[in-house]
Amino acid sequence: MNAFADQLLVLVMLINLVMLGTSRLIFSIRAVAVQGVIIGILPGLIHPFSGHLAAITVVMILAKGVIIPYLISDAVRKAQIRREVEPFIGYVPTLLLGAVFTAFSFVFAEKLPLAPEHQDLLFVPASIATLLTGFLILTTRRKAISQVIGYLVMENGIFVFGLLLTEAMPVMVEAGALLDLLVGIFVMGIVINHISREFSSIDTSRLRALKEE
Amino acid sequence: MLNALVLLPLIGALCAWIIPDNRLRPLVLPVVATVHIILTALLLGNAPPPSPGGWIWLDPLGKIVLLCISLLFAVCAFYAVGYLSYRQERSNRVLCMGLLVCLSAMGTVTITQHLGLLWVALETTTVSMAPLIYFNHNARSIEATWKYLLLCSVGIGLALLGLLFLAYSTYVAHHDATLLLAPLMSSARDLNPAWLHAATIFLLVGYGTKMGLAPLHAWKPDAYGEAPGLVGALLAGGLVNCAFLAILRVYQICLASGTEILFFKQALLGMGLVSMAFAAVFMARQADFKRMLAYSSVEHVGILAIGLGLGKGALYGALFHLLNNGLTKGVLFLSSGNIHRSYSNKTTDVVKGALTRLPWSGGLFLAGFIAITGSPPFSPFISEYTIVSSAFIDGHYWVGGLFLFFLVVVFIGMALTVLPMVMGAPPTDIAPSDYEDRLLTVGPPLFMMMIILVLGVWPPEFLVTLLIDGAAMLGVQP
Repeated sequence: MNAFADQLLVLVMLINLVMLGTSRLIFSIRAVAVQGVIIGILPGLIHPFSGHLAAITVVMILAKGVIIPYLISDAVRKAQIRREVEPFIGYVPTLLLGAVFTAFSFVFAEKLPLAPEHQDLLFVPASIATLLTGFLILTTRRKAISQVIGYLVMENGIFVFGLLLTEAMPVMVEAGALLDLLVGIFVMGIVINHISREFSSIDTSRLRALKEE
Repeated sequence: MLNALVLLPLIGALCAWIIPDNRLRPLVLPVVATVHIILTALLLGNAPPPSPGGWIWLDPLGKIVLLCISLLFAVCAFYAVGYLSYRQERSNRVLCMGLLVCLSAMGTVTITQHLGLLWVALETTTVSMAPLIYFNHNARSIEATWKYLLLCSVGIGLALLGLLFLAYSTYVAHHDATLLLAPLMSSARDLNPAWLHAATIFLLVGYGTKMGLAPLHAWKPDAYGEAPGLVGALLAGGLVNCAFLAILRVYQICLASGTEILFFKQALLGMGLVSMAFAAVFMARQADFKRMLAYSSVEHVGILAIGLGLGKGALYGALFHLLNNGLTKGVLFLSSGNIHRSYSNKTTDVVKGALTRLPWSGGLFLAGFIAITGSPPFSPFISEYTIVSSAFIDGHYWVGGLFLFFLVVVFIGMALTVLPMVMGAPPTDIAPSDYEDRLLTVGPPLFMMMIILVLGVWPPEFLVTLLIDGAAMLGVQP
């Protein structure tokens, strides 16, 4: 089972790179959804079966694979945009940066010793690489929706690491964290609608009235 | 009784949702706040023992923060009734509900001993405050809301990763992951140092963003500048203190580990001094007085971090300053909200002679300025003096010297904005506004100013004991 889990984790890291290379927003949203579904499947592979685990899998796939992507594509539809235009840093340089970050996350993971039963699993590098990819999207893209996608990728990275602990974490905390994420995305969706109404675009580089002179 | 602290505001939020009338709805706020403050007073006197699972316990550190939040919220609630009567053109349903949900979440932060639950509550405060910053529904406030929401969510996300690292380190050590404070502290010495170190860094960056420590404060001036005065007061006095409590919890674990605390203290000292320096630079010639208050908040979270970083005697000062800063910021934000309302402007180009136009609000703003810059006889003077004298006693001459230097620069910078605002003659060419000082918009901040004065002159005995107990939890020998 561990080998299969590792393959899925590699897939997560590949999706990161795909997301850095594309300008089509709907495509990015689907990629995040696929990533979310993979994250939902993973805990079943490394932990023994239990009711708690099944619940987590179902809720995770529902939230990250269905509800959140739906909320964001709804915002995309309402704002009537298809593509990210002119990111602050081009697609090829960000792809290269993403590759460098992935390599760096493997170096970083070397320093953190995993428990014996998790040895040789790629959870730590996959988590850090996804987190950094999220950061990269968040900082280099202009559209508010791209930034929300970046935030989601970052959250995915955090959840990848959290999967190691699904057995040990109390349900209440997990549920609370997911709910907060959902509400956060929902509020962001509303804010995006207001931005597009106010500025007739969701280009966040136009948000520059508040600055120090 | 602890459950009531969390449930009562939620019931209030439900009432606010149901009540259709825009005039009646804000009345829910003072009702809930009054019951809340009575509950707080009862709990401070006689807190129940830790819950069986160890999840819920109102310890002295939680009590100090709860006291500050409850007082501040009560004052803001009464003020809100007066303030919202001037804003009848806009529905205040979201505002009232957001305030109450946030109060419930802040209460949860203070009573929980489970770091995961604390995180969930802290994230709830972030999300519930976002629509309130957008209360004015214009281009500037949407920009501020976006920055606030995104930066704070990212920051708090990093803190979650830090928490997971912490839990995993306990899993590596004894195969039983936990995020409860007591077991974490008792096993802190066995934790793998690499994991603990990584966890500390992520937690400090995450909660530091939420608290607004420089260089992670980018959202603060915008959010504080665009939010209505009473929301600004709760951001600067409520949310900041909740995030600070989270940092105190991390501090407790680092202290128990014995080794990690050295790094954590150094990091806090560094970030604290950088915050004060940033504030000192950007405060000078700040034309927008609400943004100036935001930089003042950056300065004061810096002071809190320095107090924590110095340790020993300064801890008492830091805990006291938490209370003083929260209350004084409340006075400043509420009175600046009044001034903003009256002039329909928040830049010093237009706002002049506030003492003549609005004697009460202008006077309160001036008094708040004098208090927050650390002048006697107000209580921030006592706490800042405790921190700086402790720095010199323990031989941190550089820290103490820089601290004093930044305080002086901030005082001058702030005076250059505040004095022209309140002194002189009001401009004659601005339109008269419907705002005038009334009991409900001036009374609450005035009451809070009196508390600050009393705390400075004669701090009540129960508070001193509470602060000493709190400092003892952070490793000071009583």
